[in-house]
Amino acid sequence: MDSEMKRVLALALALACAFTLVACGEKKDEDAKSEGVMTYAEYAAAALDSEVVIEAYVQAKQSWWNDQATLYTQDKDGAYFLYNAACSQADYDKLTPGTKIKATGFKSEWSGEIEITDATIEIESGSYTAPALDATKLLGTDDLIKHQNEFVTFKGLTVEAMDDTGAAFYYNWDSSGQEGTDADLYFRVTDGTDSYTFVDEYYLCNEESDVYEAIRNLNVGDTVDIEGFLYWYEGPQPHVTSVTVK
Amino acid sequence: MRKLCLLLCLLTVLTLLTGCHGARRMEDFAMPESFDTSREYEITFWAKNDTNKNQTAIYEKAIRDFEALYPNVRVNLRLYTDYGKIYNDVITNIATNTTPNICITYPDHIATYMTGDNVVLPLDELFSDPNYGLGGSSLLFDGPTEEEIVPEYLQECRIGEHCYALPFMRSTEALYVNETYLNKLGYELPEIVTWDFIWEAADAAAKKDADGVYALNGQKVMIPFIYKSTDNMMIQMLRQLDAPYSDENGSILLFTDRTKGLLQTIAQHVKNGAFSTFKISSYPANLLNAGQCLFAVDSTAGATWMGTDAPLSDISPDKLVRFETAVRPIPQFDPAHPKMISQGPSICLFNKRDGQEVLASWLFVQYLLTNDVQTAYAETEGYVPVTQKARDDASYQAYLNYDGPEDAAHYSVKLKASKLLIEHTSDTFVTPVFNGSTSLRDASGQLIENTVKSVRRGETVDDAYFAKLYDSVTALYRLGQGNTAAAGKADLGPLPGTAKALLGGLLGVWVLIGVYVLFDRVKRRNR
Repeated sequence: MDSEMKRVLALALALACAFTLVACGEKKDEDAKSEGVMTYAEYAAAALDSEVVIEAYVQAKQSWWNDQATLYTQDKDGAYFLYNAACSQADYDKLTPGTKIKATGFKSEWSGEIEITDATIEIESGSYTAPALDATKLLGTDDLIKHQNEFVTFKGLTVEAMDDTGAAFYYNWDSSGQEGTDADLYFRVTDGTDSYTFVDEYYLCNEESDVYEAIRNLNVGDTVDIEGFLYWYEGPQPHVTSVTVK
Repeated sequence: MRKLCLLLCLLTVLTLLTGCHGARRMEDFAMPESFDTSREYEITFWAKNDTNKNQTAIYEKAIRDFEALYPNVRVNLRLYTDYGKIYNDVITNIATNTTPNICITYPDHIATYMTGDNVVLPLDELFSDPNYGLGGSSLLFDGPTEEEIVPEYLQECRIGEHCYALPFMRSTEALYVNETYLNKLGYELPEIVTWDFIWEAADAAAKKDADGVYALNGQKVMIPFIYKSTDNMMIQMLRQLDAPYSDENGSILLFTDRTKGLLQTIAQHVKNGAFSTFKISSYPANLLNAGQCLFAVDSTAGATWMGTDAPLSDISPDKLVRFETAVRPIPQFDPAHPKMISQGPSICLFNKRDGQEVLASWLFVQYLLTNDVQTAYAETEGYVPVTQKARDDASYQAYLNYDGPEDAAHYSVKLKASKLLIEHTSDTFVTPVFNGSTSLRDASGQLIENTVKSVRRGETVDDAYFAKLYDSVTALYRLGQGNTAAAGKADLGPLPGTAKALLGGLLGVWVLIGVYVLFDRVKRRNR
C-alpha cells in the first residue's frame, strides 16, 4: 500500500470516527423529560391537589369507560397511577405496554393511593417496559410505600385461608360475589410474619386471564410467586397480574 | 294510471315495512287464568348486594325456599354490587330482547327502561288479581296485601299512571357523629342537627398547628365533615329549602342562584379545611373509624361500617380509634320540619312472550316481600322492611328493641339507623322520575364535586366560575337534550306541518287507489 493510499484511508477513518462521535452526541436521551415535565422526584415532592405534568410509559391498562382511561404507568424512577384520564376509545386502543405518554392532571390521594386525576394525555414516541422490582423484603417495612404503583414481584409467599371454611380466595372482599359477576378476587398470603391481602382487579385481569384462573385454583398452603402493581388502599393492596404456584 | 297506482302501492308498503323495522314492541301481558305447574320455568333475577355476604346468603335462601314451594320454577341469581352496572346491563339487553325476568332497580332507571316499548311490565293488573295478586288466594305463601305495603314506598314506584315496581328495601341517609370528639370541642349534640351547627363545629375541628397536626385528634389527617353521596346532599339541601330542582314534567330547575348559594357555602368550608367528599378523599367510614372525621353522612344501609366496633370496618385494627358513635337525621335547615331522601332498592318485572313465565316471575317477586325475607334482609344493614306486616312482625320488633349484649347481628349503630328511618318515614321524599332524571341526579352531585376540587386546587370560585360550571355540567350530562318526561303519554302538542302533509299525502294515495279500482270495475262492467 503506497503512502497516498494510506493517507486516504486514514482520512476516511478519521471522518468515520468524527461522524460517529457527532451521531452519538446528537442521540436523543429518551429518558430525559421534555420541557415543562416533572421528574419523578419533583412529582413525588409535589403537594396534593397541585397540577402535575409527567411523562411515563404505560405498563398496563385497567379500564376504559365513557372516554376515561385508568392506567398503570411508570418511568425508570417511579410509578404514576392515572385514574379516569380523559382518553378517546381510539387513543386507548393505541396504548400498549411500553407506550410513552405525557399526562397533565392533578396529584390526588384516595384512601392512601396517590394518583393523578382529571388528567389529559398525549401519546409520545418512545417505549419502556419496567422490570418487576423484587419487593419481597420490603413487605412490612416503611420503605414499601416508596414504590407505590410500581410493577413489583413478591416471591415465596404462602397462601392463607380466608376464613374457617378454608377458602383460599373470595369473590369480592367478603365473598359476597360469585363466579361470572365481574367480581374482583381477594386472597391472603403471608411471608411468615405478617398477612397481606392481594387483589385481582377484575377490570385489569378478568376471568379470561391466566392470573384469574390461577387464583381460582389456589390452595391454602401453596407457595407462590406474585407479580403485580403496588396499589394502595388503606395500606398495600397489590393488583396482581401473575400468580405462579411453586 | 295502473303503473302509477302500482308505484304508489309499492311506496306505501315500503314505508310501512320501514316503519316496522327496529320496532321491538312486546305484546301486552295478559294474566293467565291459572299458573301451569305442569311446565318448568327458568327465570333470571339480577340482584344487588352492598358487598355484604349476608345479603347474598339471604337471596340464596329466598330462592331455595321459593323453589321448594314451586318446584317447577328455577331462579337463576346474578349478583351485582353496583346499581349503575345493573342499569347498563339492562339497557344493553333491552336492545336484544334479553333482559332478565326480574331486577333490582331504582325508579329513575325504570324511566329509562321504559323507552323500550312495553319492556317493563306495569304491575297494576298483577296487584289486583284475586288469585295471584298481592295477598291472592292461590299463593302458596303468606305475602303482603297491597294495603300492607308502606304507602309512601309504593307511591315511589308509580311512574305516570301505573306502578312499575315494588319496593324491596328502604333506607335513607344518616349523620354519623364522633360524639366523643364533638364533646371535646365543647358542643352538645342536638336531636336534629342544623347545617349551621355542622359547619361551625366542622370549622372548629379543622384547626391544626404549624406542623399540620390537628388539635382535635393529634393526627395529620382530619376531614371534619365528609359526605358519601353528593347527589343526595344537593337534592336534600334544595328540598329542605323548597328550592327548585326538577318537576314532574321533566323540567330541569337545578341551575339557579339558590343552588349557587349552597355551592358558595360549601366552597367556603372546603377552604377552611372542613369538608370533603367520598369521591375525592375516601369512604366516610374509614375516616370516621380512624378518628379522622367528626361528621360522616352515609346511607343507613352502610351502618354496619360505622363506628369503632363496626362489624364491617375496612381499616386495620391498629388504625381504629375508640369513640362514641351517635346517629342523627341528616343536617336540616328547618329542624322543626326535617326532610330526608328515601332510597333503596325496588324490584321491576320485564315483559316476556310467555305469560306463564311472567307469572312465575311475579310469584317470586311477591315472595321477596314475605316477612321472612323482608326482616332477614333488613337486619343485614340499616334498612327497613317495606311492608307494615313485616315491621309489625314480633321477631322484627324484638330485633329492633334488643337490649342484650351487643353483637354483630345487633350492632347498636345499625339498630339506631333503622329506628331513625322508621321514626321519620313520613319525612322522606323522592325526586320526580322521568327519562333523564338519573342524569340530573348525577349532575347535582357533580356541581358539588367540581366545586370542592376547584377550591382544593386553589382555583378562583366566583360568579364566572359558577356560570362556567353550570354550562360544563349541563353539557356533560346532556341535560335538556331529549330528556323529556317519560311519565307515560306526554302531551306533544299539535302535529307539525310536515307530518300533516305526509299523512295527507298517504290518505290521498289511498283515495286515488280506491278511485282507480272503482273506475276499473265500472269500465269492465261496461265492456
